[in-house]
Amino acid sequence: MSQLLQVLLSGLATGSIYALVAIGFTLVWQAAQTVNFAQGEFVMLPAFFVLVAMGYFGLPFLPALLVGLVLSVLVLGVLFKKLIAEPILPHGGITLIIATMALGIFLKESVKEFYSAEAQPFPSIFPNDPIDIFGAVVSLQDLFNLAISLGVVVVLTLFLNRTRTGRCMQATAQNPAVAEILGVDVKRMILYTFLINAALAALASFLITPVYLAKFSNGETLGLIAFIAAIVGGFNQIRGALVGGLLIGVLDNLTATYVTAQYRAALPLVLLIVIIMLRPQGLMGTSEGRSV
Amino acid sequence: MKRWLRPLLLVLLLVLAIIAPLGQGNYIVYTLTSWLIFSIAAMGLNLTLGYAGQISLAQASFMAIGAYTTALLTLAGWHWVLAMPLGLILCFAVGLLLGYPALRVKGHFLAFVTLAFNTLVFLILRNEEWLTGGSYGLVGMPRPDFGLFSTMKQLPFYYFTLGITVIASLVMWGIVRSPWGRAFKALRENPVRAESLGVDTRRITLLAFAIGSVYGGLAGALITPLVQFIEPGSFGVGHSLRILLMVVVGGAGYFFGPFLGAGVVIMLPEMLRFTAGYYLIIYSALVIVMLVFVPSGLIGIGGRLREKFRPRREVRADMREGARLQ
Amino acid sequence: MYRKYLLAVTTAVLTATGAAQAQETMKLGMVAELSGPGAPAGTNWRDGIKIAVEEINADGGILQNKVELIEYDTQTDPQVSRALVQKAIDEGAFAILGTIYSGSTMVNMLVAQQNSTPQFVGSEAPSIVEKGNPFVYRTSSGAQKGVPALTAYFTDTLKAKKVGVAWVNNEFGKGGRDVFVEEMKKAGIEVIADVASEQAQTDYAADVSKLKEANPEAVFVYMNQEESARFLIEAKKQALPMPLIGEVTLTEAKVIELAGAAAEGAIAHVGVTATATDVPGIGDFAKKFEETFKRKPTHDAIKGYVGAWTTKYVTELVGEADGEAFAEKMHGLCLKAADYPKILLDTCWDENGEMSRPSFMVQVKDGAPVVIDTVPAN
Repeated sequence: MSQLLQVLLSGLATGSIYALVAIGFTLVWQAAQTVNFAQGEFVMLPAFFVLVAMGYFGLPFLPALLVGLVLSVLVLGVLFKKLIAEPILPHGGITLIIATMALGIFLKESVKEFYSAEAQPFPSIFPNDPIDIFGAVVSLQDLFNLAISLGVVVVLTLFLNRTRTGRCMQATAQNPAVAEILGVDVKRMILYTFLINAALAALASFLITPVYLAKFSNGETLGLIAFIAAIVGGFNQIRGALVGGLLIGVLDNLTATYVTAQYRAALPLVLLIVIIMLRPQGLMGTSEGRSV
Repeated sequence: MKRWLRPLLLVLLLVLAIIAPLGQGNYIVYTLTSWLIFSIAAMGLNLTLGYAGQISLAQASFMAIGAYTTALLTLAGWHWVLAMPLGLILCFAVGLLLGYPALRVKGHFLAFVTLAFNTLVFLILRNEEWLTGGSYGLVGMPRPDFGLFSTMKQLPFYYFTLGITVIASLVMWGIVRSPWGRAFKALRENPVRAESLGVDTRRITLLAFAIGSVYGGLAGALITPLVQFIEPGSFGVGHSLRILLMVVVGGAGYFFGPFLGAGVVIMLPEMLRFTAGYYLIIYSALVIVMLVFVPSGLIGIGGRLREKFRPRREVRADMREGARLQ
Repeated sequence: MYRKYLLAVTTAVLTATGAAQAQETMKLGMVAELSGPGAPAGTNWRDGIKIAVEEINADGGILQNKVELIEYDTQTDPQVSRALVQKAIDEGAFAILGTIYSGSTMVNMLVAQQNSTPQFVGSEAPSIVEKGNPFVYRTSSGAQKGVPALTAYFTDTLKAKKVGVAWVNNEFGKGGRDVFVEEMKKAGIEVIADVASEQAQTDYAADVSKLKEANPEAVFVYMNQEESARFLIEAKKQALPMPLIGEVTLTEAKVIELAGAAAEGAIAHVGVTATATDVPGIGDFAKKFEETFKRKPTHDAIKGYVGAWTTKYVTELVGEADGEAFAEKMHGLCLKAADYPKILLDTCWDENGEMSRPSFMVQVKDGAPVVIDTVPAN
């Protein structure tokens, strides 16, 4: 019994990180019509900003985190939008997708060449003391991760629904042309979207890298899981990303423990194909009509 | 272009391809053969992406299907000429099965489904050791022997591959010129309008995807005798991405784009060898810059330059050649 | 008229000097994983070789020829590695140093074999020395030598009857796991938990909990570096009680760095470790490496170093640059560290190219691996 509980709790902990990555991805897809294939690398990079700040500039951990956050928002938010998303978007969605794929490669290889090909340890924000819950062990960090993901979803949903800016962003997501006519500063809304995504990616990075260890290739698996979590959960709802992430984390652990270790990585993939076949809008998504 | 110029260029290219490997070391001939094989794979993806406007990240897995089928059969004693078609049929079937659900829905779902599929294929290849040799792979596949023409040595194998490439290109040319090909282009330019004109968009897209996959399978069937060793790691998502970039860099939707793109991707590491580990950084940065300024790829550059120096009267912007990827 | 004459003479002179110069360098082709997943191993291999080549050239080179090291990056792709070995041979390499990943070596050694080119590999998969290739030589014992040496620890020291194995699912991990299971069967020990995990896996909760449920007396852990570290962290978190024993990787410096306190108490059997600084040769090498590259060497660096120096020693024993004669000399050769100091430990090669060398049992104490036992060569 305690094994089941252990596996469930660990799955939720891992899943809450997937959720954070998936949320940003969903947001950018919806609000800026950008499918960001470099999302995984966006989560890999901020940790390295922190390591550089600590290693080369000698900053202590917390200020380094702040520096990492600011740099991420600048590079992955502003620069990404101005240099890549904005110029390429007029050429079409597919071109932009491919550009993000190339961007992913660029970020990954740059970290590998200019920092290191080997994994690096990364300090965790919260202590890692294990906590015993009915025989299952979780760390304080795990509980915080879960709390933070839930918190982010709540805050973001409130922001989008209750504030004026949030509603403008939603309008931009639903129909940019009409939103512009109605006086919404569409360009600015899109900028906000990218900034929020960059901040979320940085947050996810700081929470996950202590476990993942800072490595240039972290983006590969994380990115794939994020896409699947977003689609399975429902890509037009923020809650969908949360549900998708948690679901995948838990199911992955359950599969590995009780079914098969060798094919555990196949589960999210099969889930994706099944969902697309049966319920393409995702578990929590609402089906969309398409404008002509 | 003048009427006679185009066929002349083609003949010139063919002659170049025939004399290129003469007098070169084994390594160069091997690289050229590799280029031809990846051109075939890129050609298939070009049909899916450039002409039908769908992103597929599974081209490497179709290469895997073709490669493993050919390997298992040739190791069991079958001749390559019999083994290869089976691989192609398998790829076609799998392509249809895979594309059908993904293309039911609008949007970029095929990209994710193919991404998932590629990873799945990798897992199966690695885990099912009894069939595929697992992580250890399959080794020692023979090169085809045609009686008086054996392809064991590097040079004859190159010409054999060249022959197959030419045939494959002719078939592709035929497809693109046929009514199907025109339906593909209509689909790419404006799917809604195409549908309103009676083009069954789902069926056509599915067909493009399946045919593209078959080309991937053909490339895989050629990789097996070339390298004489295959293992799951050579057919991962990273390789699918590489082939996709070949198509984009060369020029999606142009007939010769794949050749140019494959050439660039395979030759670039050679030319940039002095940059050691940096070449991927340079390459990806160049791709991004290219997509910002010349999204129609390297072939598109020629058109752009021509426009600058001899601008023609703009008749209808939406009839321009090359993919306007939506 | 004079111009033509002058041209002919100049060309002749230049060619002669060119040819003479060509005779004076001996090329070594280093084909290794400098990018891709194998980059950490390959870059260490290369750096160990660089130190060796520097020392060899300071010592007069090989047969009075300066050694020229040419690097080829396989990108951890077996097909690329095959092409590059061919390229290295085309460009005149006398010997090939590389590759490390067993998947790549299995492919590219065919090319070296076809060209009668000696090849020193860093791979440890058993099958490499079972293919009847007389030109391939190891720079560290394969898993089929290393793991049996470890078996004695399970039977004699631990006296275990039920064990578990946690392994990474690639050709490296599978090779080691297969040999281990075989050895356990021979020793009459039951393997009650067989836990496979993925390369680049990050969540080991399921794996550790499975081991906890099965509760073996000891666990054999055979994974790559990061995976080992993450596994150790999770094992500590869930308080996995039994001893964790590995082969080579588990107690490497990198693993200890990544796992931190969780690595405490881990045991491993190592062929050669950069931390066995009691052995003078190893101590010197580690110091030089750290001074030059500002980081500690791994066992891959030592492998490369040994490979390069063995090339020099054996070529000079043979007396000329002949691949066939090299192969004949290598088979059954034993080099004692007293006579050939740069070989670091007494080493023997058998007729398949497999290496035999004394090895060590180490345990992590206070964040560093400490030698707790030596194992004679088998």
